[in-house]
Amino acid sequence: MSAHSFDAVAAVLLIPIGSAALLAALPGYRLTARLNVVASLATFLAALSVFVIDRPPPGPYMLIDDLNIVFIVLNTFVGFTTSIFSASYIAHELETGRLTPVYLRFYHAMYQTMMFGMNLAFVSNNIGLMWVAVELATLTTVLMVGIYRTHAALEAAWKYFILGSVGIAFALFGTILVYMAARPVVGEGQDGMIWTLLIEHAARFDPALLNVAFIFLFLGYGTKVGLAPLHAWLPDAHAEGPTPISAVLSGLLLNVALYALLRFKILMAANPAAIAPGPLMVTMGLVSLVFAAFMLYRRRDIKRLFAYSSIEHMGIIVFAFGMGGPLANFAGLLHMVMHSLTKSAIFYAVGHISQIKGTQRINRIRGLTVTHPALGWGFVVGVVAIAGLPPLGIFMSEFLVVSSTFARQPLLAIVLVFGLLLAFGALTLRLTSVAFGEPRGSKASADASYVPMFAHLALVLGAGIYLPPPLVTWFQHVARLLG
Amino acid sequence: MQMHSLAFDVSHTLAGGLVLISFMMLYQDRLYSLLNVFALHAVVLSLSVAWQAFVQDAPHLYITAIIALVFKAIVIPVALHRIVKQLGIHRDIEAAVGIGPTMLAGMALVALSMVLMLRVTADADPLAREDLAFALSVVLLGLLVMVTRRNAVSQVVGFMSLENGLVLAATGAKGMPLVVEISVAFSILIAFIVIGIFLFRIRERFDSVDVSALDDFRGERR
Repeated sequence: MSAHSFDAVAAVLLIPIGSAALLAALPGYRLTARLNVVASLATFLAALSVFVIDRPPPGPYMLIDDLNIVFIVLNTFVGFTTSIFSASYIAHELETGRLTPVYLRFYHAMYQTMMFGMNLAFVSNNIGLMWVAVELATLTTVLMVGIYRTHAALEAAWKYFILGSVGIAFALFGTILVYMAARPVVGEGQDGMIWTLLIEHAARFDPALLNVAFIFLFLGYGTKVGLAPLHAWLPDAHAEGPTPISAVLSGLLLNVALYALLRFKILMAANPAAIAPGPLMVTMGLVSLVFAAFMLYRRRDIKRLFAYSSIEHMGIIVFAFGMGGPLANFAGLLHMVMHSLTKSAIFYAVGHISQIKGTQRINRIRGLTVTHPALGWGFVVGVVAIAGLPPLGIFMSEFLVVSSTFARQPLLAIVLVFGLLLAFGALTLRLTSVAFGEPRGSKASADASYVPMFAHLALVLGAGIYLPPPLVTWFQHVARLLG
Repeated sequence: MQMHSLAFDVSHTLAGGLVLISFMMLYQDRLYSLLNVFALHAVVLSLSVAWQAFVQDAPHLYITAIIALVFKAIVIPVALHRIVKQLGIHRDIEAAVGIGPTMLAGMALVALSMVLMLRVTADADPLAREDLAFALSVVLLGLLVMVTRRNAVSQVVGFMSLENGLVLAATGAKGMPLVVEISVAFSILIAFIVIGIFLFRIRERFDSVDVSALDDFRGERR
């Protein structure tokens, strides 16, 4: 049986990288856009197959456990829906001449390479390999952020590149320190980097070295999660790249870095003498939440607005995982899934909106529900969801975070609620001006595919009303793993 | 025993030399001289890695040493020289912060990394321990070069010296797997950055310190 299940891991990696090579070689928009969708669907199905067949035992490089299945399935699903959105978005970009066919080939190849990098980061059992995979995923997104080659896009890509590289350098230094801590116990060579072995022996590692390692890892991967004050690259990268990339950046790439952080958090928790990573995560999470909530008020660019909203939500998620315990971890996990689905749905809507109106400036977009009912109302539902109103899924996860915090640390909960209300105010303010009122700007009909957006919103709504018991048990189990 | 102490002394000297050359980078105010100092940095790194390969009897580390020598000490500095010439920025004096404060900050960072690393690694073997302390100093000094410069070329040089510190740390950690792969991955990353500068002619992070230009860039002007 194990031979079969190894195929699932291999497929999740080989389908993206194989199709990346194919997409780089093939000309023609229609063919490549469809191939991109098919490849993403195949990867998603391969990821789903892990549920039905036996899991492979952890090897020196690959690992499938209950924690990373959640991430892999979410990653490949959003990757698949984004590829559908990307097909209709890119068609419009080709018409208006913002992208040339050569760049399109490059774009599709990079899209699949990025999926490969992210999946590799999730399945790797080797902390060195995980680092290389995160670097690969970052590098591909940098190239895609700069793909329009406007002045602003290049500046954004450059900033992302430099800050991301410093982050990645810190993460590597932390990884080396973890190896140094493991070497006297686990032994020299490859074993000192295998996560499953590290976790077994973590109790006997030198706690002081482990502490310093975690600080570096937290700063390094935290830069990629977009935690304030290390977030500076994030709004620019979201605003200047193609919108499908904004969707995967917000919905997926931030999760990859978060996943790396969680792995090391579990490692720290396995050593009783090391510092608890919780307070650090709680502080950074709250700072990000409140900071981003204030920043939401000053935004004039619609993609930048939702980029700051991503910082806000990553803050909430890191806060929840930092609080720890079964309930807060459960809430954090649920919030992460809901945020990925909702935020990518919003970016799908924003992508079409900015194409129709020819601008990303908020004050030039008005009355969307009048001129484009389907798009406008989809956008309204998305923003209502991300602002945390019932009965949508984010309300439930935010409610769980708040209530579990109130029970343990009432003071922190007050700050949390303050940040949430602040962000809610900013988002409703912007929503009313964009969605309602006298229509402004172009009224051209949208040549868009609404399926991905409404599919995501339906999932978020469904999760808000009813969570299937198997899913709840699964998440509860993972929450216990996270300590 | 004699051999061991020789091994220790040589690697100690080379790692200390790297920290010293990092300091030299801090006060270079011309791009050409900065590039020359960086080439020296890469040469010393490659010697240090080669020495580690010899001492640890780990032949694969020679590959990392050769990459450092050929790629970072020759190819990249030559390429950057040409870019600087083509962009016509070789006369620029471009430190954003004065030399005095920069040197003081550098000393503080080295002191910080010594205190931090020597204290937490009290149980580790002395060679790895001092190597790690030096490596963290080089990393932090590289970061300082990046922060105090406005020019894209010198930021890249700062990043590369930071990365040299990481390679030093990785080779000092005896038996660490994937060192060669990681140094190759970093070389690819740097090649991308350099090509990016060349293709897009990025001179500075922001062309102007005018705040209104910044607002415009962020798309926030009303």
